[in-house]
Amino acid sequence: MADSEVALAAHPPGLQHHFDNSAQQLEASTLGMWMFLVTEIMFFGGMFASYTIYRNLYPEAFASTSHFMNVTIGAINTGVLICSSFTMVLSVRSVQLGQKKTTITFLTLTLLLGLVFLVLKFVEYHEKWVDHHIPGPGFQYADPRYFHQAQILFYLYFAMTGLHALHMIVGAGLIITLIVMTARNRFSAEWNTPVEMIGLYWHFVDIVWIFLFPLLYLIGHTS
Amino acid sequence: MTHQVVSVKTYALVFAALIALTITTVAVSKLELGEYNFVCALTIAVIKGTLVVMFFMDVRRSSSMTKLFVGAGLFWLAIMLVFLLSDYLSRGWLPIPKWWVG
Amino acid sequence: MSTILQPHPHPIEEKTNYLNADYGWKSWLFTTDHKRIALLYLFSITAFFFVGGAFAVLMRINLLSPDGLFDHDTYNKLFTMHGIIMVFFFLVPSIPATLGNFLIPIMVGSRDLAFPRINLLSWYIYIFGGIFTLTAVVRGGVDTGWTFYAPFSTTYSNTHVILAAMGVFVSGFSSILTGLNFIITIHKMRCPGMTWSRLPLFVWGHYATALIQVLGTPVIAITMVLLGLERVLHAGIFDPNLGGDPILFQHLFWFYSHPAVYIMILPGMAVISEVVACYSRKRIFGYGFVAFSSLGIAVLSFVVWGHHLFVSGQSMYASMVFSFMSMAVAVPSAIKVFNWTATMYRGSISWDTPMLYAFGFIGLFTIGGLTGLFLATMAIDVHVTDTYFVIAHFHYVMVGGMVMAYMGGLHFWFPKITGRLYPEGWAKFAALVIFVGFNLTFFPQFILGYLGMPRRYATYAEEFHALNVMSTAGASILGVGYVIPMIYLAWAWRKGPISPQNPWKAKGLEWEQSPTPPPTFNFDKPPIVTEPAYNYSGHEEEQEVDIG
Repeated sequence: MADSEVALAAHPPGLQHHFDNSAQQLEASTLGMWMFLVTEIMFFGGMFASYTIYRNLYPEAFASTSHFMNVTIGAINTGVLICSSFTMVLSVRSVQLGQKKTTITFLTLTLLLGLVFLVLKFVEYHEKWVDHHIPGPGFQYADPRYFHQAQILFYLYFAMTGLHALHMIVGAGLIITLIVMTARNRFSAEWNTPVEMIGLYWHFVDIVWIFLFPLLYLIGHTS
Repeated sequence: MTHQVVSVKTYALVFAALIALTITTVAVSKLELGEYNFVCALTIAVIKGTLVVMFFMDVRRSSSMTKLFVGAGLFWLAIMLVFLLSDYLSRGWLPIPKWWVG
Repeated sequence: MSTILQPHPHPIEEKTNYLNADYGWKSWLFTTDHKRIALLYLFSITAFFFVGGAFAVLMRINLLSPDGLFDHDTYNKLFTMHGIIMVFFFLVPSIPATLGNFLIPIMVGSRDLAFPRINLLSWYIYIFGGIFTLTAVVRGGVDTGWTFYAPFSTTYSNTHVILAAMGVFVSGFSSILTGLNFIITIHKMRCPGMTWSRLPLFVWGHYATALIQVLGTPVIAITMVLLGLERVLHAGIFDPNLGGDPILFQHLFWFYSHPAVYIMILPGMAVISEVVACYSRKRIFGYGFVAFSSLGIAVLSFVVWGHHLFVSGQSMYASMVFSFMSMAVAVPSAIKVFNWTATMYRGSISWDTPMLYAFGFIGLFTIGGLTGLFLATMAIDVHVTDTYFVIAHFHYVMVGGMVMAYMGGLHFWFPKITGRLYPEGWAKFAALVIFVGFNLTFFPQFILGYLGMPRRYATYAEEFHALNVMSTAGASILGVGYVIPMIYLAWAWRKGPISPQNPWKAKGLEWEQSPTPPPTFNFDKPPIVTEPAYNYSGHEEEQEVDIG
């Protein structure tokens, strides 16, 4: 990220030696991050596809599991992530304006909201553990008709939300790095690419949750 | 990405819309709409996702190449879903020869 | 500063190039130079090739007689490890990570790839994945087949499935990062004058490959995650006893693994385009067709995977669609073969080693590809699936095709990479040995499969004995054929004659505007492109190239 090798006069900040100019570098970085997010679409997509197939095969069983989903926590978490996307985008905006303190404030808020999400997720997982809804030898289900299908749903629930939570943890780590770098004056209005790129990543993780929430928590919630 | 900075107001409006849509989707899920529960929930999710992509991720002002990449990713996900479903939904449509009892 | 304008230059050891720019293990293990990273890959990929090859040798020795040498469980492990290592640790990275990494920045006129540090990271990830897999080998191997079919892999196998699955998972990210790097480089790092329509077809081929790497590999990654999780939890996602569908695993697995075979072959085709043009002294016939056929293969490759599930219980309707699409994907491949042949027509052919390999590729790939059409036809597939017919098919395209292209490419660019020339006589001899050994190994397998010998069996009926002996004999010749180039190429690197700037008088930025071997930043002065690709005039005089 910070250059150190070539000492040309008036060397633009952050420009790496193999790029011709900052605009080229920024375009390459942006496309590169989007390309990575496309791989993430396919990565999560495999599980969304599995979910789609089994929901198609076992609609009643899946609907019955929604009783055991904590919609309150799920909805609050959705709100928390949306707030964190808002603060993230404001932090990108403030670094684009060269506002160091505001950037740190918004990045910290984003981080805290992300941590709130993870804490609530942990509470939820604990609930599931208490209810014996973690797939494996200890799995129990109230409705014996749907025992196996429900276990598959909960397997997908943990796989999908677990992978999502893992991405949140990585994102939190990246934001901490950004806070440290901002505090050390590494970013400016001229060069703040890592903030933008990690912002894109954070929004993507938010979008995954936007789809996870209705699919896992709001199925057949009327019965 | 352009160098112009987006106004806080725009972001705040999008944020408000996202919260409102979240409240809506939870409220709608409590209604008895049968099949349409699922359709509504997914439609709202798509709208929310589009808002995040267009405004928070700034794709609305991004280069055509970026838009192409986003489109390609979604298209490929669609390929996987459509062809997978084409198997599961069509099992049993066509009679299979007798010696392949399933 | 350049001193290599003369037709027979003085030894160029004095001139700084990427090899002598810096010394010591740190300068290699912490390099961000795409050329050095290409060499790191070259050595590790070659090592994996011989490990995978060793498993193949053991398999063929076992199949020398129906009595075999190993017990059946061990045999299952042999073919599994052969498949995993050859597919994920040799074929998928081979040309892209070695020749692609080395040449693409030079061919587009850039100083390096778009993300040099990610390039280095991709090699470390590859090694990390390799360590997982080799650990699985050392701890007793895996016996599920490289296809890891559930529920055997999730529930019933007693081998180190999770270790191997993690090796595949991790190495997948190496592939993703390489593909990502190539796509962004080709989009954003082309030098002035290098328009898309002037790009060498080598670059087009790798662009198409990179698309598949980026879009497909994440799905095998998640499949390995689901496999590992299921092996631990036994929730039933792929287990019919517990309400799951084993075919879902196959769908998810082959969604990547079919496009993966095009990841393996497209770079080979990319090499062939370069070699055929150079040794026919002619522009590639139908440049646009070849370029777009690469893209066409990349796109179509994603909608054919169901042909691996014809007999698994997939719906007949879906099977028909997949069968049709599988035939469609053969069209762009055929277009390429016609275009290469048309390029050679009325060209001025030289029979140097890379061209020998190219000829081998075109013939053997055609045979392999046509037999793929037989397999795409459901009515035939029902009879030959899971027999040696399938094995012969994919070895014809992968070994007769891809590995020959890899050998051809390694020879063609050897002077560029090392600054030395290899011994042509030995090279031609090795190519011949490989060709003979290959056909003797795998042609009998078409017949065996057609006659009904099943694959992945440690033994067979006595009537198949003679053909199996032939196949094993061929395999030993093939093995020798692969060892010979290792020896003379290693020798030539240290002791071969110094290569002139452009020994093959080839066109292209890497030959005409980048020194041999290239300096760390590839060009002495930034290149500008003014002519189309493959601007061979057809009547070549001694052309001196000024790159000062």
